[in-house]
Amino acid sequence: MTMTQLQSASPSVSAAAKAPGYWRSVGQRLMRDRVGIASALVLLAIVVSALAAPLIAPHDPNSGSVMTRLSPIGTPGHLLGTDATGRDILSRLIWGGRLSLLSGITPVVLATLIGGTLGIIAGMSGRLVNGIIMRITDIFFAFPSILLAVAISGVLGNGLGNTLVSLTVVFVPQVLRVAESATVQIARQDYVDAARATTASRLLIMTSQVLPNVLSPILVFATSLIAVSLVVAAGLNFIGLGVAPPAAEWGSMLNELRDAIYINPTLSILPGVMIVATSVCFNLLSDSLGSAMNIRETDK
Amino acid sequence: MTQHIRTESLGLPDVGGPAQPLLIVRDLKKHFPVRSGLMGKAEKVHAVDGVSFRIGKGETLGIVGESGCGKSTTTRLLLDLTRRDAGEIIFDGRGLGGGRDGISLKELRRGMQMVFQDSSTSLNPRARILDIVMFPLRAAGVDRTKARDRASMLLDRVGLHPQAFGHRFAHELSGGQRQRVNIARALATAPRLVILDEAVSALDKSVEADVLNLLADLKAEEGLTYLFISHDLGVVREVSDRVMVMYLGQIAEIGPAETIYDRPGHPYTRALLAAVPSLDPAKQIAEPPLKGDPPNPINPEPGCRFRARCPYAEGVCKAIDPAPVPVGEVEISCHMCNRASGHSQAADWLDALTKETADA
Amino acid sequence: MIRYALIRILSAIPILLGVSVVSFGLLFLQPGNPVEALLPLEASPQIAEMMKQQLGFDQPVWRQYLAWLQRTVQGDLGVSLYDGLPVAGQLGGALFNTMVLAIPAAVLAFVLGGALGLIAGYHRNTWIDRSASALAIVGVSLPQYWVAIVLVVLFSVTVNWLPASGMASPDGIPRSFSDLSNMVMPVLALMLVPMGVVARVVRASVQDILSQDFIAGLQAKGLARGRILRHVIRNAMSAALSVMGLQFGFLIGGSILIEVVFNWPGSGQLLNLAIFRRDIPVLQGTVVVVAGLFVLTNLAIDLAQAAIDPRMRR
Repeated sequence: MTMTQLQSASPSVSAAAKAPGYWRSVGQRLMRDRVGIASALVLLAIVVSALAAPLIAPHDPNSGSVMTRLSPIGTPGHLLGTDATGRDILSRLIWGGRLSLLSGITPVVLATLIGGTLGIIAGMSGRLVNGIIMRITDIFFAFPSILLAVAISGVLGNGLGNTLVSLTVVFVPQVLRVAESATVQIARQDYVDAARATTASRLLIMTSQVLPNVLSPILVFATSLIAVSLVVAAGLNFIGLGVAPPAAEWGSMLNELRDAIYINPTLSILPGVMIVATSVCFNLLSDSLGSAMNIRETDK
Repeated sequence: MTQHIRTESLGLPDVGGPAQPLLIVRDLKKHFPVRSGLMGKAEKVHAVDGVSFRIGKGETLGIVGESGCGKSTTTRLLLDLTRRDAGEIIFDGRGLGGGRDGISLKELRRGMQMVFQDSSTSLNPRARILDIVMFPLRAAGVDRTKARDRASMLLDRVGLHPQAFGHRFAHELSGGQRQRVNIARALATAPRLVILDEAVSALDKSVEADVLNLLADLKAEEGLTYLFISHDLGVVREVSDRVMVMYLGQIAEIGPAETIYDRPGHPYTRALLAAVPSLDPAKQIAEPPLKGDPPNPINPEPGCRFRARCPYAEGVCKAIDPAPVPVGEVEISCHMCNRASGHSQAADWLDALTKETADA
Repeated sequence: MIRYALIRILSAIPILLGVSVVSFGLLFLQPGNPVEALLPLEASPQIAEMMKQQLGFDQPVWRQYLAWLQRTVQGDLGVSLYDGLPVAGQLGGALFNTMVLAIPAAVLAFVLGGALGLIAGYHRNTWIDRSASALAIVGVSLPQYWVAIVLVVLFSVTVNWLPASGMASPDGIPRSFSDLSNMVMPVLALMLVPMGVVARVVRASVQDILSQDFIAGLQAKGLARGRILRHVIRNAMSAALSVMGLQFGFLIGGSILIEVVFNWPGSGQLLNLAIFRRDIPVLQGTVVVVAGLFVLTNLAIDLAQAAIDPRMRR
C-alpha cells in the first residue's frame, strides 16, 4: 500500500463539509477588491437615497415657486439650485433615481432571465434548434440598439412599461449571444462529458455542471449591460419617450434643464453626472465581478 | 485497514464467471458527417470503422496509434458519449440495449467509467474536489451523507487526504493530484472496467510513475479491468497484458503485448516501434520510420488504409481491405500475413515472422 | 477571396429579410388596429373601410407583408400621414444630413482612434496610453446626448465660439467655414466614444504584436523600423475594423439623440418627429432603411477586413 500514507485516522469530512462553496468564495474575493467595493458603495448610496427619497429629499420634487426659478448651485435651501419651474434639483435628482434605476435595471434583469435561458437552451441543443434561435438573434443584432429601442417604444407609445418592454427586446439578443457562446464552450469541456458518463439526468448535468460555469460570464455581462441600459433608458426619456412629466427622471430632467442652458448652463450638466456616475460604477463593478469569478486568477 | 472500493450496493455483480470476457465489442462504427464550405458536398469521416475486440476480466488492454486514429472516439462510443452508428457492446455477457437479458446504459455506466485525458478541463473548475467525487454517487441516488463518506474514502484511497484536499478547487491542485481526483471520481460507483484515456500523458515522468503505481495497486486490490489508451508506446508496454494497434479507425494488429512489441507483424506497428528510440541495439527494428501525417480519414477508398505510407504496398493492398488473420496469438490485418492474399511478399514475411517467434 | 465575398454577401440576404419582417411587424405593436394608425384621427368609418381595402388590410398578414416588401424594395415607402409627402423623398434628404455628420465622425474616430492607439501602444503606460484606456472604459457610460450638452455649455454658452444648434446650408453640404462650424460639436459628440474604443483595440493589437518574438528577431536583424511599422499597422487596422461595424451602429443610434440636441434635420430627427406625430409610414421607412444600411455597412466592413487580413476569410 504505497499511496495511502495518510491512512491512520479514519477519513473525516468535517472540514470539507464546512468549507464555503464557490459563491461564497466569490464574495470573499469581491470584498478584497477596492475598486469593486468603492463602486458598490457608491451604487448602494444612490440606490438607498432613491429608496429613501421621501425621507431625505429636502423638498417636494414636483412643486416649486416661480419666484425661485433657476437659482444657481449653492443657493441656501437649494443646494443644487432649482429648475425652470423653481423645483429643487437635489430633491428631483434623489427622486429621479427611482425611475432611472428602475428603467435601467429592470430590462437587464428581464433580458438576463429570458436571454440567458434561451441562450443556454440554444447552446445545449442540436444544430436545428440552435440554428433557429441564433439566426433570429442575428436579425435583432442587425438593428443599432438605440434605433430599435426608440422605434419600439415610439410605436408602443409613452409610459414606463413600454420603455421597459422596448429595452428588454433590445437586450435579450445580446444576453442570448453571450449565454449561447459560453454554453457551447462549457458543454465541450471534459468535465461535462465526465458527468454525462455517469447516470446523471440531463437536468442534473445542466444545473450542476453547466449552469454554475455559464452563470459567471452571463452575470458579468449583465452587470456591464446595466451600465448601457441606464444610458439608453435615460436617452429615451431625454427625447420624451418614457415617463410623463412632471415625474422626476434623470434623462427627462436633462432635457428640461437644457432649455435653460443660456440662463444657467451648469445646472443642465447635473442629471448627466448622475447617469454617468451610476453607469461607470456598474461598469467597474462588472470588471470586479469578472475577476472575482475568474477562479484561476487570484490564488496563483 | 484499507476499505474496499467494491461494494454490494453500487457495483454490478459478476454474472458471467471468470471465463466470460468483461467486454466484447463487435464491428463498432462511427462516421462523422463533415461539410466543406457552404455548398460543399456532405462527406464522412470514418473515425471508427469496424472495430472488434474483447477484454478479459482482470486484464489490461492497451490501445496505441497516432493521434486521429480513433482511439478516443472508440472510448467515447463505449460509454455512449458519442452515439455509435453500428456495432455491439457486450458487457459481462449482456448486450447494451439487448432486450431482456441486455444491460441498460445506466447499468453500463456504473460498470464502466473513464479517467479523462486532460486533468485541467476534466474537473469542474467551480466545484470543490469532494463534490466532484460525490457527483457520480449523488447521480446514482446515494444520499448525501453516505456519498460524502464514500467520496472521502475514495480520496483517501487515491492518496489525497480528504481533510486537506476535499474543500479545494481543481486549480489549487497539481497535475498529478488532479489526475488522482479524476481516478477517484471514476471509481466512485465501483466500476469493473476503467477506461484510462491518455490518463498519464500530461504528467511529468516522476509523477506519471506515481500515478501508474497507484493504478496498479488499485487494480490488484480491487480486481479492476483496464482499457489503457496512450500514444506513449513505452508506457503501454509497461502496463498492458494485450495491445491493440489502431490506424485510421481500424485495428492493424491486436495480441499479447510481449509478442507485438518484440515481433511486430504489421508494417505499421513496425514503423511505429521504429520511431521509438531504444537503448538496446538488439531490439532496434530496422524499419524506415513513418513520414508525414496519416491521411485524412474522409471517405476512404477501398483497400488497406495504410497502403499510402506502406513500403510494401502492392496492387492487392489497393484492391482489397485486408481481413484480420491469426498469426500465433496475434491477429494482424495485413495481406503479407495471409499466404492466400496474393501479396508477393506474403510467404517471406510470414516465414520471417514465424522464425522470429521460434527463436524467441 | 471571391468565394468568401460571395458567401458573405449571400448570407446578408436572410438578415435583410429578417430586418424587413421586424420593421413591418412594428406596425402591429401599435395599440389599436393598423388602419387607425395609418389614418388621421378625424377620418370617417367609410374612409377607414376604403383605406383598409386599398392598403390590403383585409388580406392575410403574409400577403400584406409581401406587398409591403415589394413596394419597399422598389423604393416606395408610402406617404407621410402628417404632410402627405412621399416618405422616400423626406427620408432621402434626412439620411443625407445624417451621413454628413456620421461619415466624418466615423472616419475621424477610425483615424484619430487608430493614431491614438498606435501612439499609446508604442508608448506603454504614458499619459496618452492611460487616457485612451480611460476614455474607452468610461466610453459606454458617457451618454452622447450629455456629452453634446456639455460641449454646448463649453463652446456656445461659455465662450460662444460655435453655434449651439442648426444646420447652416439648406442641403447639408458645408460650403464655408461658418457652415463647417455648425458641424464641429455634433461630430465631436458622435465620434468621442467610438474613438476611445478604436484606440483601445488598436493599442492592444500593437502591444500584442510588439511583444511577439519575431518582432524582436526582426529588430535584432536590424531590419528597418518602417517594415515593422507596416506590419503593426496592417494588424492594427484589421483589429480596428473589427470593432468599427458595431461602433458605426452606435454612431447611427447615437445620432438619433444628437440630432435632437443640435436640432439637426437628419434621419434621427425625422424618426423622432414621426413618433410624436404618430406618423407610422415615416417611422417604418426610417427603421427599415437605416437598419438595412447598417447591415450593408457591416457587410462592407467584413469584406474590407477579409481583404486586409486573409485569416478572416475562414
